Amino acid sequence: MSIRDKLSALLGFDIDFDAPVPPRKTETAAEQTPDEWRFSRRIMRAGGRRLGAIYKILGVICSVVLMSTLLLTVAGMPRYGVDQEYMDTVTYEYISHGMEYTGAVNIVSGIILEYRAFDTLGESFVLFCAVSCVLALLRADGADSEPERVEYRDISCDPILRRTMRAVVPIVLLYGAYVLLFGHLSPGGGFSGGAVIGAALIMIASAYGEDVSGRILTERVFKTVTTCALSFYCLGKSYTFYTGANGLHSVIGNGTPGNILSAGLIMPLNVAVGMVVACTIYGMYRMIGQRRF
Amino acid sequence: MEFIRNFPFFSVAVFLFSAVICSVLKPRAARIWTTAAEAVVLAFSLSVLIYTTSGDTFFRYNMGHFDAPWSNQLRAGPVEALAATSFSYVLLMSHIGGIRYAKADIEPKKQSAYCTLLNLVGAALMALSYTNDLFTGYVFLEILTLSSCGVLVIRRAGRTALAATRYMVINLLGSGLFLLGTCLFYGITGHLLMEYIRDGVATLEVTGDYAVPLTVTIGLVCAGLAIKSGLFPFHTWMPDTYGTATPTSSAVLSGIVSKGYIFLLIKIIYRVVGVDSAAMTSARHILYVFGIAGIIMGSIWAMQSAHLNRMIAYSSAAQIGYVFVGIGLGGQAGFTAALFQIIAHGLCKPLLFLSGARLSEASGDSTEFADLQGAAHRNKPAGLAFAVGALSMVGIPTLAGFAVKLFFAAAAVEHGLLVDIATLTALALSTLLNALYFVRTVIRIYTPSGNAPTNGAFAPTDGESARTRDPGLIAAAVGLTAGILLLGLMPGVVSGIISRGLALFA
Repeated sequence: MSIRDKLSALLGFDIDFDAPVPPRKTETAAEQTPDEWRFSRRIMRAGGRRLGAIYKILGVICSVVLMSTLLLTVAGMPRYGVDQEYMDTVTYEYISHGMEYTGAVNIVSGIILEYRAFDTLGESFVLFCAVSCVLALLRADGADSEPERVEYRDISCDPILRRTMRAVVPIVLLYGAYVLLFGHLSPGGGFSGGAVIGAALIMIASAYGEDVSGRILTERVFKTVTTCALSFYCLGKSYTFYTGANGLHSVIGNGTPGNILSAGLIMPLNVAVGMVVACTIYGMYRMIGQRRF
Repeated sequence: MEFIRNFPFFSVAVFLFSAVICSVLKPRAARIWTTAAEAVVLAFSLSVLIYTTSGDTFFRYNMGHFDAPWSNQLRAGPVEALAATSFSYVLLMSHIGGIRYAKADIEPKKQSAYCTLLNLVGAALMALSYTNDLFTGYVFLEILTLSSCGVLVIRRAGRTALAATRYMVINLLGSGLFLLGTCLFYGITGHLLMEYIRDGVATLEVTGDYAVPLTVTIGLVCAGLAIKSGLFPFHTWMPDTYGTATPTSSAVLSGIVSKGYIFLLIKIIYRVVGVDSAAMTSARHILYVFGIAGIIMGSIWAMQSAHLNRMIAYSSAAQIGYVFVGIGLGGQAGFTAALFQIIAHGLCKPLLFLSGARLSEASGDSTEFADLQGAAHRNKPAGLAFAVGALSMVGIPTLAGFAVKLFFAAAAVEHGLLVDIATLTALALSTLLNALYFVRTVIRIYTPSGNAPTNGAFAPTDGESARTRDPGLIAAAVGLTAGILLLGLMPGVVSGIISRGLALFA
């Protein structure tokens, strides 16, 4: 075992002695003193504590004004389900024809993955975008990796935790799979099922430590699953949008509502969304805890 | 249906798909792929622009097999296509112009992620340009917020983390207000598609029902989008953000991201609430006052700053003020001026950021004015590009900035004496201040640095980095300058498209 490996093991991340020095000089905080703040800083010094007090009072006043405005608004809103006869055409259509047109018994799934599928496509890309941002922000990379790691008590060897997880995790995973696969038939769907599966993965990671969980979901697996799921969603839905907008016949039928293989693309899309959600939740947990996969 | 009517949807889909692909590509391949995607989308947008302007027409595009009120919908007319074209053009130029800096500023393993985020910025801007659905607008607004924060924070230097936190907090406040507004719109009208909300709002204004929620909703939406686009006094995130990010990010953020929010606001004014709505008129008057304040305060702060990047950033705060003054003035002329300013500033600011980065690189990576003396001689193309951008901001005839100021003056004259005087005074004062700080900078970079006092170890004679060629930056500078000249020499072409488009917009 070389010194490098020992050091890496001690610090908990890979040390690369040969990593290149950052090529461009970067501005430090001292060099970028905002000159135009000097004036306000001078006022702050002069006003001192009194200005701080005024600032706090103004903050409270603003919050109170905003709160009372919003409460007044809520009081003036149409009463739910009573005053809305003339404005519930969309809701009425979804409830009365949703199952017939989308093939999904669960109307909510029908709405988010058929009627308003473009929004949901955007929503799954919000998750993807969040993961990309976390990668951009936290990913430790060679020379720039930060030596100080957050110290926390390692509970992964706790026998009680391991025994409990051994009993609980399979059930949670099974439940997550059920929620995903039956999303078009019963309450559930991609986002909730994915969250359940992601929670199960976090359970494994916290009970068995990063060695075991690192073997299950490596960065490679993570990327493959996310890419495949999002590409499938993107291409599959693009086909539906294209045929729909151009008035072409779509080869994807609705099937018999109530069957497991029905409702066109809704079930596969639920699975795809679930995969993305599970990977996002677990990926964020790993990145924030370990700064790497 | 003609095939070209698919292009708005393709523009969004190409960017989304290429974002996914880029996350698994190697950095070099990701860069090439992203550039190709941007070029393809630019071609799509340009064809839609030509199609809609030549036929003087617009079209709707159902996202799926369901008709109008039930499903999501896109809509493309001359105004939308013009916005999409200008956004995709500036995105492409900012990307190729800053490639060299992105390579140096961003750690190798994060380069693909950077391309992914740029693609997502593009997808969000395309969707905001074309969407006909308020909630789709919100979803892609979120993608735009997150991805722009990502492109900002990916360079870990100095104050970026602080800047990104501030940017995120202010932006999420804006998103929250906008989401509340969207929900309330749905609550009082029962629709999310823009035309249907407008019909509902028109009915409510006649009957007088739900007057308080309607007013608050309009206020929330306007406030949310104004905060997100950085209207005074919510501009405080700008200097740190634009000053520390990698040049491509600064260019994209200042040139098009904040414009995406404003374009959505203009769309809401025209297509969701209606220009003549009483509540909207008072909201626009408030925006006008803040716009005037932003023009003056932004210019004053820009003059006080001693760093090039911060100066350009504060000048952005002033330029955003212009757009809101246009929206506040209202009428055909006011909105034409606002949209023209969105395009003109979208071309000028990236040019300034990219060439400014090159100039500071030629001056030992310093952005202080003292070190920048003679920088234009050390790097001639960058100096020329900076001069063009700066003079356009001042408003020299033949450049885009002149046409902008002309349109604003013309729009102001249509109103009462007080508005007229206020607008023209602000315009004159801002032009004067712009001239003071931009011309001062141009003179400084063109003053030979013979025995200039430099405060640092930098010796002007070593020009190692300045001598290396940067074809990407030169291409971007030529492209952006061509755009500025086109707007400056033939403002009628673009303003004609805008005014004919606005007639179809409502």
